[in-house]
Amino acid sequence: MNSFPIIRVITKLLIPYILLFGLYVQFHGDFGPGGGFQAGVIFAAALILYGLVYGLPAVHKVAPPKVIEKLTALGLLVYAGTGLACMLLGGNFLDYDMLNHGILTELPVALDFLPGDTPYHFLPEGQHLGIFLVELGVGITVTAVMTMIFYAFAGRERVTS
Amino acid sequence: MMDFIVIPILALLAATAVTVARIRNLWAAVMFTGIYSFLSASWMLILDAPDVAFTEAAVGAGITTILMLATLSLTPRRHRKSSRLSSEDFEERPSKSPVIPLLIVTITGCALVYGTFDMPHFGDPNAPIQVYPEPSFVEKSQPDMHGLPNVVTAVLASYRGYDTLGETAVIFTAGIAVLLILRKNTDDQGISESPPLTGENA
Repeated sequence: MNSFPIIRVITKLLIPYILLFGLYVQFHGDFGPGGGFQAGVIFAAALILYGLVYGLPAVHKVAPPKVIEKLTALGLLVYAGTGLACMLLGGNFLDYDMLNHGILTELPVALDFLPGDTPYHFLPEGQHLGIFLVELGVGITVTAVMTMIFYAFAGRERVTS
Repeated sequence: MMDFIVIPILALLAATAVTVARIRNLWAAVMFTGIYSFLSASWMLILDAPDVAFTEAAVGAGITTILMLATLSLTPRRHRKSSRLSSEDFEERPSKSPVIPLLIVTITGCALVYGTFDMPHFGDPNAPIQVYPEPSFVEKSQPDMHGLPNVVTAVLASYRGYDTLGETAVIFTAGIAVLLILRKNTDDQGISESPPLTGENA
């Protein structure tokens, strides 16, 4: 698409905002509409747009296929790992309330990073932290799978029969 | 007031659906499915479902359209039947009598419309969907979640966290399956020398 300078320039202008919106949907998903899946597809859409306009080699430089393949599994592992962490802390699988008793509040207070009378809910409660991690896992997996499917389609030669 | 937005969107949805079914140029059909997805996203936004609207706009209109275009770039451009007819986009219908299919479609449509008479009014607080699993999720979610305002996220990620884990596993499995089927097994890099969809050819 070297011959379409308007498309190239506009794409470069748009992609940062698409990524920013993806981040907003991801990390604000527990307060506003959105969540991991929506953020994942928005992120993947930005990558695919870049690949469409600038070519497959360019997007492979940004998101190498090997990394994307591993991210596919990483997201699921983050999700399941959150559940296992809850079990290790003595709760049920994905029982986020167990994450309450972690070091998130107590360690900063003990190290004088926070005043001793910091209210307990100053840092994310277990449920917030659990939902945050789980949505992060979903977002990573969805981004990686969508991008990987695009790579698989776009990387094929035309069948000549 | 809402009717000025709702009725045109629904009319456009119907018109787009008919066009997708009738058009024989596959590239145009793919673009019309993208338009249909955008209209659906607008419609879902009107129904106060912004989450679903996001997904529909990004997946339905964006990624699906790209993937279908990518598929088309790997296959013949036109519907096989129309290639030996003229270059018109709307080919002649088959010469069979349309009476019986029309009858079946009309009866089915009437039955479906008749079925909607039993449905509760839109937004009715006494509808079964609002009262059956008892509204306890909405009531309990604030103290349970320590003030997370989005009940949808609370249900998806916490109350039904195990289901969502399964859904993520399904997405993962689907991605692996697509990769196994589509990726060329000759090159280990997964990088094609001449990408057909992107770059100069797009």
